[in-house]
Amino acid sequence: MLLLLVKRFAMMVAIMLVVSILLFLLLELDPEGVAVKVLGPYTSVEQRMLWLEQNGYNEAAWLRYIGWLGNLLQGDFGDSIKYKAPVSDILWSRLANTGILGLATFGVMIPLSLALGVLAGMREGSWLDRSISVTSIVTTSVPEFASAVLLVFLFVFHLGWLPGTSGMADGFSWIELVLPVLVLVLYDFGYVARMTRASMAEVMQTPYIRTAILKGLPYKRVIMRHALRNALIAPFTVIMLQINWLLSGVIVVEFAFSYKGFGALLLDASLNDDIFLIQACAMVAVFVAVATQTLADIGYTYLNPRIRFS
Amino acid sequence: MATGNASADDTPVLEIKDLCLSYFTRAGEIPAVIDFNLTLRQGEAVGLVGESGCGKSTVAMAIMRYLGHNGSIVGGSIRFKGQDMATLSTEEMRQLRGSQIAMIYQEPMAALNPSMTIGEQLIEVPLHHEPGITVDQARERAVDMLANVKLPDPVLVMNSYPHQISGGQQQRVVIAMALLSGPSLLLLDEPTTALDVTVEAGIVELIAEIGKKFGTSMLYISHNLGLILDTCERVCVMYSGEAAEVGPIRDLFENPRHPYTHGLFNCIPTPGRDKHAHPLMPIRGQLPLPHERPPGCNFGPRCDFFEPGRCDVGQIHMQPVDAARGHAIRCARWNEIDWASHEVATKVYEPMEPGEVVLVADEMQKYYPVHDRSLAALIAGRSVRQVKANETLSFEARKGETVAIVGESGCGKSTFAKVLMGLETATGGTLVFNDDDIGDTAVRERTPAQLGSLQMVFQNPNDTLNPSMTIGSQIGRVIRKFGIEADREKIDRRVEKLLDLVKLPRDFALRRPRQLSGGQKQRVGIARAFAGDPAMVVADEPVSALDVSVSAAVTGLLMDIQRRAETTLLFISHDLGVVRYLADRVVVMYLGHIMEQGTTDEVFAPPYHPYTEALLSAVPIADTKVKKKRIILEGALPSVLDPPKGCPFHTRCPRKIGGLCEESPPPIHHTESGHSIACHIPLDELRLVEPVITTAA
Amino acid sequence: MTAETVNASVRRQGRVRGIVTAIGLMRESIVGMIGLSLVVFWVVVALFAPLLAPYSPVANQVSFAVPGAMAPDGGTFWLGTDHLGRDILSRVIWGSRTVLTYAPIATALAYAVGIVMGAMAGYYRGWVDSVMSGFANVILSFPILVLYVVIISTFGASGLNILFAVTFASAPGIMRIVRGLVLDLRNRDYVAAAQTRGESSFYIMFVEILPNARGPLIVDACLRLGYTTITIGVLGFLGLGLPPPDPDWGGMINETRNLLMLAPHMTIVPCLAISSLVLGFNLLADGIREVSLRD
Repeated sequence: MLLLLVKRFAMMVAIMLVVSILLFLLLELDPEGVAVKVLGPYTSVEQRMLWLEQNGYNEAAWLRYIGWLGNLLQGDFGDSIKYKAPVSDILWSRLANTGILGLATFGVMIPLSLALGVLAGMREGSWLDRSISVTSIVTTSVPEFASAVLLVFLFVFHLGWLPGTSGMADGFSWIELVLPVLVLVLYDFGYVARMTRASMAEVMQTPYIRTAILKGLPYKRVIMRHALRNALIAPFTVIMLQINWLLSGVIVVEFAFSYKGFGALLLDASLNDDIFLIQACAMVAVFVAVATQTLADIGYTYLNPRIRFS
Repeated sequence: MATGNASADDTPVLEIKDLCLSYFTRAGEIPAVIDFNLTLRQGEAVGLVGESGCGKSTVAMAIMRYLGHNGSIVGGSIRFKGQDMATLSTEEMRQLRGSQIAMIYQEPMAALNPSMTIGEQLIEVPLHHEPGITVDQARERAVDMLANVKLPDPVLVMNSYPHQISGGQQQRVVIAMALLSGPSLLLLDEPTTALDVTVEAGIVELIAEIGKKFGTSMLYISHNLGLILDTCERVCVMYSGEAAEVGPIRDLFENPRHPYTHGLFNCIPTPGRDKHAHPLMPIRGQLPLPHERPPGCNFGPRCDFFEPGRCDVGQIHMQPVDAARGHAIRCARWNEIDWASHEVATKVYEPMEPGEVVLVADEMQKYYPVHDRSLAALIAGRSVRQVKANETLSFEARKGETVAIVGESGCGKSTFAKVLMGLETATGGTLVFNDDDIGDTAVRERTPAQLGSLQMVFQNPNDTLNPSMTIGSQIGRVIRKFGIEADREKIDRRVEKLLDLVKLPRDFALRRPRQLSGGQKQRVGIARAFAGDPAMVVADEPVSALDVSVSAAVTGLLMDIQRRAETTLLFISHDLGVVRYLADRVVVMYLGHIMEQGTTDEVFAPPYHPYTEALLSAVPIADTKVKKKRIILEGALPSVLDPPKGCPFHTRCPRKIGGLCEESPPPIHHTESGHSIACHIPLDELRLVEPVITTAA
Repeated sequence: MTAETVNASVRRQGRVRGIVTAIGLMRESIVGMIGLSLVVFWVVVALFAPLLAPYSPVANQVSFAVPGAMAPDGGTFWLGTDHLGRDILSRVIWGSRTVLTYAPIATALAYAVGIVMGAMAGYYRGWVDSVMSGFANVILSFPILVLYVVIISTFGASGLNILFAVTFASAPGIMRIVRGLVLDLRNRDYVAAAQTRGESSFYIMFVEILPNARGPLIVDACLRLGYTTITIGVLGFLGLGLPPPDPDWGGMINETRNLLMLAPHMTIVPCLAISSLVLGFNLLADGIREVSLRD
């Protein structure tokens, strides 16, 4: 178990290193290009050379990489071109906002999708199962940007119940969080529900559930004690991996609702060629994704006694 | 066996009357069990035998009222202790399950919940059936019961998860679970089919003891007539959803009346049979699919006594043969058949003289490195360990000879086949085939001639053929590959010839595997192996997945082709019955070592290796005339990762002579005739052992 | 006819019958039929876009028209015009062509790469597997849209770059699925039989193993087509998609959504278009799965 932890952790560090090299190569291999992006297209060659000289770009690429990585580890991501401020000043508050959005989404989505998935999987092929399945296919088929538009039209312009943007100009507001969360939940819950359903249905078919029923256990105990414990192992992993998907989703939703989060920041940076900001955002996103993946792996092992004690 | 404890109450424990069961599918109603009757008195054990798809398990599930959403009882009744079970509510049914009627399953590993400890799974039985019982009392009861099913260290088992104990122990846990609430009726659905034969013997003994000790009535479902003979007093033979014959076990085994029962016994390689003088007689044709059953007698199309107008009209009902003894039969002509004078013309073969040596294994050895990635192993510096799958194997096979390698799971017999086929390479010694050392020549480096002259028949009929190609193209590919024919038309002709050879219709060439039955797929597998006129064919458990009657036919076919082509057959099997029947020479393996080898007669008679002796004793034999010595091996099969030092068998050997067996590997005793035994016990002493199997005149 | 031509024609008939039975089976799944109809509808629309579209998708006809308004030439704008006066119906029709060109090509490319990688990883195992899986792990550790944003902001937004980005991002997922299937199938006895008759690794991977993995892969391909459709839409919506003025559903939504209150039809129509196409792919996938599990 301990060795597994160490191995997973080493794996995580290795992936982060490879990703950082990739990002560095992608964005900084050509110093000339960096200078153009930082100083703008209308600068002279001399100005650019001077800037490159001052910022140590004349060194070998691998030395620059190590320097960059060192700064990164100390939380120094460089300066944003657009905001004219250190990236770290902007990034953390944006990340916190996205954290709130993500937590709210998970808080709604997980109970909803697990409950629906378990209900559907308990009686495979039943009327309830079919309607839950079809509903989840339909909601998963509407892309986030489409559902954002449709929900805004319905709730903002037609019914007038909710605000159409979530800029939170006057401080934090729950009501402005409703639509972004709704859009994310609608798009995501179907997948988790379907995975839960598949897992539950599979478990219900196993011989050990037959054993439990033919032991004369009450149906409730068969479900709660025998089925759920095995059926929720797979959805656990799915939910953890969903964090990776959510990081994609927030880009669309934050853009659509002008929510001042991390996704909007990344998009903004990309549209403005703000390369240090892109680097920082991408590194943070990958870190979150890899960290949850690692947690998912460890959790999966912990939940599964067949692996835990072998 | 005694008729069980006499009971004051005469009500049968279980009474099934005219039961009809159907499954409702998209294709319509499919009857699974038709007009089925069975009475089970207290303390009685009744066997339910039949081939796959005959409906025997469905009967058990119907008793439990667990038929899935598409199965239901469409007629007749099931009475438990006099009460009609159809009248029970769901809650009453729940109270009955697990307390009054309990079940033991085929796959113990799958039947136990992988994420709950065995203790948890055991104590919930009393907790949910006996109001007022405390957790501590339930736990105590569970520990006692584990001791009762002879599990060493019950407390440790209570805290284990199912995957942490062996298959035999798992089945003991399932049995303990079934017995916890003292059921009156125990349903056993192929309880030993998934286990090795020496482990099976222990479980069978335990089941027999339970019957005596607790007075439980048992319905024992099995495809193995020998097992039924060992465990039951009465037996019901099912065929295609119907009971064909039912009666006391001796009456039925010694005087089978139904042509199907008769045919079944003729398919079983009992000790009296031998491939030259008394070959098996397979039942012709094949089992009808449930929706294609013939009118009248279901067995009609396959029966030698079929009479149009009588056997193919209306419904044939059960008729008493001997009402007092409860012997009944479903046959319109049973009292017209004179079995004594009925002689089926069987081919009698001359034994073949073995030719020159084709294959020589000399101290061949195969180790696999296994990476142990646990922290403890890393620290101890044992992260790479060797699985000694084959340890210095030495034997030879001659032209036209059938050599059997026999042993239980993990003995290394399949590994040997892989090395021989070049799917793995040997790590030591030599393996000379047709004068070439092929031990470390991987299949990729072998010449087409070598490949074509050494082919294999595989075990699993559903796996042996590629589901997305037609039969013809699969056989044709072999022909092309070995350079026998290149012209398309000639290949097609040759495919047809091969299909003729394995007695399949020629138009099967255009079919796909899923349109074939298991036996037919195995025949295609044989055709494919013989496509390149091989000098040697390796058959790895070719019939173990097939039903008895199909298996007899496939075995017969395989021997027929082999005899004609004078091919050497290396027959790998765990089934001593089949091995005795068809092998000329036998090699007995245990944990990668050869324990004994010699001609079939030598191996199956004293002197025995103690392991061979135990193995012979463990095999159930469907013949009432045969008397067996009972030898039950203690303990489980050791892991190949951590084999015992000294003699590999010493941990379970009933004849262990002491420290010597634990310390040094046994010497190999050779007799003049070539029979050899690896054992510390002197040969003269082993000669004194009495035979395991004796046949009464 | 010679025996050979008989055989050949029987074989060909077998194949045709296979397709007919496949559609016949699909008819037993209502969900699958709805999905198939939606997909076929959009494919037909895309194929015959020049014939079906009443106006040019890029030329401005009139400034702002509500649905059903008259066109200057007396015809009707069934779905109205957008903020630049272009006919929405024509733009949606031509937009289907965009998405149904890029999504299938990108998916096919991703499959070509993923299948080769997955088959090799699953069949050879060992270090080949380690390298392939390691590569896949790195790519899959990126939140997918973050990866797109980084790639497209580095190389710029163009059709070719979108194809490249989608292939690059989807291939590892396909590789994992194929690898899993091959790891399972390579232990079948028919694979051992092929090995013992000396077949090459290439033959075993692509002729013996992969055809038997087609069921789950077809289902996955359908789902992936739907997902790629969404991706292309998202990129358009975020302003990272195809450069204007070519009609692209995601871009249409982004350009017009600020006028949602005034003229909702401009935005809602492309929303429904993309959702129905994705729904079609997803329902079709579900139908195929349902039917294939039956037999």
